[in-house]
Amino acid sequence: MAQQATVLRIIRWGAWALIALLTAAAIYVLTRSEPPKVAIGGPFTLTAMDGARVSLPDAEKGKPFAVFFGFTHCPDICPTAMYEMGQLLKAGGSATDDFRVYFVSVDPERDTPEQLRLYLSAFDSRLIGMTGTTDEIAGVARQHRAFYRKVPTPSGYTMDHTATIYLFDRKGSFWGTLDSNEAEAPRLAKLQRLLK
Amino acid sequence: MFNSLKIAGAAGTLMLAAALTPASAQMHNHPAPAGTLMLSPAWSRATPPGAKVAGGYITIENKGTAADRLVSATADVAGVVEIHEMAVIDGVMRMRALEKGLDIAPGGKVELKPGGYHIMFIDLKRQLKEGDSVKGELVFEKAGRKPVEYRVMPIGARGDMSGHKH
Repeated sequence: MAQQATVLRIIRWGAWALIALLTAAAIYVLTRSEPPKVAIGGPFTLTAMDGARVSLPDAEKGKPFAVFFGFTHCPDICPTAMYEMGQLLKAGGSATDDFRVYFVSVDPERDTPEQLRLYLSAFDSRLIGMTGTTDEIAGVARQHRAFYRKVPTPSGYTMDHTATIYLFDRKGSFWGTLDSNEAEAPRLAKLQRLLK
Repeated sequence: MFNSLKIAGAAGTLMLAAALTPASAQMHNHPAPAGTLMLSPAWSRATPPGAKVAGGYITIENKGTAADRLVSATADVAGVVEIHEMAVIDGVMRMRALEKGLDIAPGGKVELKPGGYHIMFIDLKRQLKEGDSVKGELVFEKAGRKPVEYRVMPIGARGDMSGHKH
């Protein structure tokens, strides 16, 4: 009986201690002057589809840009996303002339620079394929909080992957996203705001 | 696996798909009875150079009183053909092979379309170009082997009016 009472007392103290801690944390978060910053994105270096090593955001020299994770053995969402991105860039007119969209392969085993170059040649020339070692790709995905995973199929494998398009501003800071479920008008409005 | 995401059959898709298919294609590609199964015109999309995979799309309607199941498929352009389902959940695209096939409930309709179920052409033997056709078969548990001809639409086509917004 006495032992049980002691356990209950410890639990009670523990609970109060937890509440005190959470209160202190909440006060800290609510009163500090700096807004909480979620770091998404570079800097990173990968191999571009022409074989050159490219570092972002440095290579963009102060221009906004976008990053998409995909792979060329992708029947649906990757070609659709790249096709729609090309349409969006055309709709954006001359303001998008220097805007690059980096297609980072989550399947570096199969996506060589040459494979990416061939594949992306079907789309807008502002789409740049990027690949690297499995470790490099894992690192870049981690920086973007992007998810990808190899999934076995009867004949080989496919990839699950984050299908969001990440947008970065002139400083190379994460600015927002484009989603394939959004209609073209809001996506265009976002792109135009980013490029202003 | 993504049962909750199964899209309720939109009435009229079959007719719409037929209406969008050029007349020449309709000649041999109109909804064809496969026993008690009705197959819409099948279609695919042009592939970028170097692409090793493509999706095949069709709507299958079961007019009968017994369940059937799409168990496998073949296509002349592909070394391997699988039946897949895909979905974007929380921003992540997930795709799975349906190793047991795809159930077609009596009175039900299953749409294979971008963003959902598809016939997956793997190890493509040639690039698919707009206007091409791909010959193949769908194999059903009860209805047996049914010939299909996929008409190749442009990259980015959605198989309905939204794919022709320009």
